[in-house]
Amino acid sequence: MYSEKVMEHFRNPQNMGEIPDADGVGTVGNPVCGDLMTMYIKIKDNRITDIKFKTFGCGAAIATSSMTTEMAKGKTLEEAMKISRANVAEELGGLPPIKMHCSNLAADALHAAIEDYYKKQKAGKGNEN
Amino acid sequence: MMPAKYIYMDHAAGRPVDPRIIEAMLPYEKSFYFNPSSVHSSGQGARKALEESRAKVAELMNAPKKESIIFTSGATESNNMAIKGVAYRNKDRGTHIITSSIEHMSVLNPCKFLATRGFKVSFLPVDKYGFVDLESLEKELTDETILVSIMYANGEIGTIQPIKEISKIVHGKKAQLHVDATAANGQVPIDVKDEGIDLLTLSSNDMYGPQGVGALYLGDGVRMEPIIHGGGQERGLRSGTENISGIVGLGKAAEIARMEMRAESERLSKLRDKLIKGLLETVPYSFLNGHPTKRLPNNVAVRYSFIEGESILLNLDMMGVAASSGSACTAKTLEPSHALIAIGLKHEEAHGSLLFTLGKQNNEEEADYVISIMPDIVKRLRAMSPLTPKELMR
Repeated sequence: MYSEKVMEHFRNPQNMGEIPDADGVGTVGNPVCGDLMTMYIKIKDNRITDIKFKTFGCGAAIATSSMTTEMAKGKTLEEAMKISRANVAEELGGLPPIKMHCSNLAADALHAAIEDYYKKQKAGKGNEN
Repeated sequence: MMPAKYIYMDHAAGRPVDPRIIEAMLPYEKSFYFNPSSVHSSGQGARKALEESRAKVAELMNAPKKESIIFTSGATESNNMAIKGVAYRNKDRGTHIITSSIEHMSVLNPCKFLATRGFKVSFLPVDKYGFVDLESLEKELTDETILVSIMYANGEIGTIQPIKEISKIVHGKKAQLHVDATAANGQVPIDVKDEGIDLLTLSSNDMYGPQGVGALYLGDGVRMEPIIHGGGQERGLRSGTENISGIVGLGKAAEIARMEMRAESERLSKLRDKLIKGLLETVPYSFLNGHPTKRLPNNVAVRYSFIEGESILLNLDMMGVAASSGSACTAKTLEPSHALIAIGLKHEEAHGSLLFTLGKQNNEEEADYVISIMPDIVKRLRAMSPLTPKELMR
């Protein structure tokens, strides 16, 4: 059902956890649908220096979360905003069709975290960066 | 440590065929390809095998005569045949059908189909254990009701319905009772006479027989239309040349089930209770789905808060254990199992459900192993989940 790459990330998820003093936090999905993800990012000089995730969901949800953090780490915010659901699925060697929509939310969570960071910047918080 | 042998606890999805049944089928696969409708002696030999199997299936459910048994391609066909067949034939008497909200898709979907063809269908609610609400049944039954279809037991939550009581209520009016016994048959003794069942669905694989063969019992008073028309086999109710080796396998499966079911079910019930106790005791926020005692001997249905079923299954698989879940993500649709929602679980609770269905090969050692690995699997997934309460993480 899943590619070897998906299973690799499922077995050993990268960057799992929380960042208590995150500069941006993004949550997407809904436990009712069976998938909920939160991304935490630390930003320095417009770059993602640290990223962690927490996910409630199926194998695909966990693997896409892990893969997305790997792809986003070290990227500028502009580059990270360009990471799409399709890129994540491609990097994982594909996902079963039914999982493409329901569980492939990690890129959205990343974008939400970046938007949260921008919002906080605008509000005058997080100026220490 | 991985078990020496892969532990298979997904018997509701598929069962290995009993070697004794394969042995009985082999001659019919290898050299006994004859058509039971042929006049020559070889064809008549096939006819004899067919009728012997019919008698064995009839005997298993205490049917008054073997002619009450119609062979089909499995439970889905039997359910379709029972519901659509009775509905079409009796629509001059009434157009109302009653079923429950936890039936298998092969009952629910024919009923929903009939609802688009001029029939009225009532779906009875169930309580938190999955028992059909009998007051609702009495309330819904009218002189217009021609058929009530209630499953003997639900394979996903294990709950066994009070069929005898249901039958009494149904027969208080002129309706007939169809029972889908696919999950229960071969595990629980079923007596169509004593329990007042008019039509009964069973499948072969659920008794360790081959896949692709099943049967429908038709009581004497049942009038129905065929849904497969053709050469008139099976009393004209199910046309098509009979699947002789499959039917011989089903007959053998019924014979073995009749002899061995009681002892095996007693053994499985103990194993089931051990597994349930062990799984619930070792993990906080874990719960049983279905009724604690009125449940199928092989059914262990549990749920864990804050995590999702498919992730648990993948972890179990990595540890050498095959199980199943009622989770959305493992199914073809995105909705969680309708049975889990019908017993009142919230979607997020239903998503954390896990189903072990035991069988002949499973033993205490395997149950101990499953109990021993589950706490770490749950802990690992809960550490990942944003829903897990902080106090559980310490």
